Amino acid sequence: MCLAIPARIVELDGDRGVVDAMGNRFKAKTTLLPEARLGDLVLVHAGFAISLVDEEEAKETWQLLAEIAEFNQTTDKVSG
Amino acid sequence: MLERIYRAQRSIDAACKKLGRQINVMEVCGTHTVSIFRNGIRPTLPKGLKLLSGPGCPVCVTDQSYIDIVLQLADRDDCLIATYGDMIRVPGKEGSLETKSTRANVKVVLSSEGALQLAKDNPDKTVVFVGVGFETTAPATAVAVKEAAAGSVENFCVLSGHKLVVPAMRALLSEKNHNIDAFLCPGHVSVIIGYQAFKEIVEDFGRPCVVAGFEPLQIIQGLGEICQQLSNGKAELKSIYTAVVTEQGNTSAQKIIAECFDEADGYWRGLGKIEKSTLKLKDKYSQFDAFGRFDMTETPGEEINGCRCGEVLCGLIEPPECGLFEESCTPRTPVGPCMVSSEGTCSAWFKYGRKKRRE
Repeated sequence: MCLAIPARIVELDGDRGVVDAMGNRFKAKTTLLPEARLGDLVLVHAGFAISLVDEEEAKETWQLLAEIAEFNQTTDKVSG
Repeated sequence: MLERIYRAQRSIDAACKKLGRQINVMEVCGTHTVSIFRNGIRPTLPKGLKLLSGPGCPVCVTDQSYIDIVLQLADRDDCLIATYGDMIRVPGKEGSLETKSTRANVKVVLSSEGALQLAKDNPDKTVVFVGVGFETTAPATAVAVKEAAAGSVENFCVLSGHKLVVPAMRALLSEKNHNIDAFLCPGHVSVIIGYQAFKEIVEDFGRPCVVAGFEPLQIIQGLGEICQQLSNGKAELKSIYTAVVTEQGNTSAQKIIAECFDEADGYWRGLGKIEKSTLKLKDKYSQFDAFGRFDMTETPGEEINGCRCGEVLCGLIEPPECGLFEESCTPRTPVGPCMVSSEGTCSAWFKYGRKKRRE
């Protein structure tokens, strides 16, 4: 539950933004990270940006998330 | 990368040899628990190093009486329950939110904003947001409450079950029979509270506290750092998750938590009542407090018969020691919350835990 996802801010109006993580776009607010700007990479947790994050860190986490998704699919297949 | 793994393994082996006894390191984050299992870290560790999965899964630590209150509210025709998906399958005395959801008054939301929007869209219902989680989700709840107050969204309220990590760590270390040598501290909670928050654990209890991220290398390096400290007879505060964790944390988020909530004594599954360990809405936001609005109080929960989730959460037993594990309690037919949540210790053990250790 406490896993935050790195995503890039692709739209920003006040504190209301749209972010892109691995091609998935969703809404996120920057209320908790007022310094965030359009184009920044941020960690998003439960719909809120909580920290700035650098490109390398974001890539590593995306890779990890992709592995989790792949792994979960495998176990789903095995179990059912 | 391999060199960094070897270096950490050398530190771990050296500590096991030097201390000549079992070393117990507790992680207090469900995402760490899952990452440790899924990446096969446990089988690579020597026998002398044991990892304990502590109270780090928000769903798992939520007291049974809180769950029963949510289920009671879900039975009301005038309420909509807005919850994070994690809570939906947790069993109460009578069913779970999943079984109640056939009545269409249980809605899964991805954020507190979603819950607030639900209230705006359904003015004839009272929307109860099931506010669970640690310091990572608490600021999101706080933002929604402030917005509800500013926009006079009177049919929105929060059942705050938010919890604080450090008081739970203190409670564990204050137990006489605890066996915790050090903590692997949570990554994203630390983004909010800053690694300085664990200073009191290091200073008051002499236990190393190392903040690590979720990738396997981070976890292994974190364990290496802890073992090096233990070898040297030291207890220090350190963060190796420097990409996102700072000493002070996210001060905007801390400020908004402080504006909306007071620290209050509260109940945890397995740990009982812990002083100043939960977040209660401030008096000025009392109209948004679901406990007050529906005149509900949490009472120490009755545990589910035979379920030993409480002891699992304190690191006192491992899931296979529970009589229900793999028998009546499986991810498909969960009895206790540690099997329900995908971040629960029992669920992780069931899925990935049955591997042999390195000699």
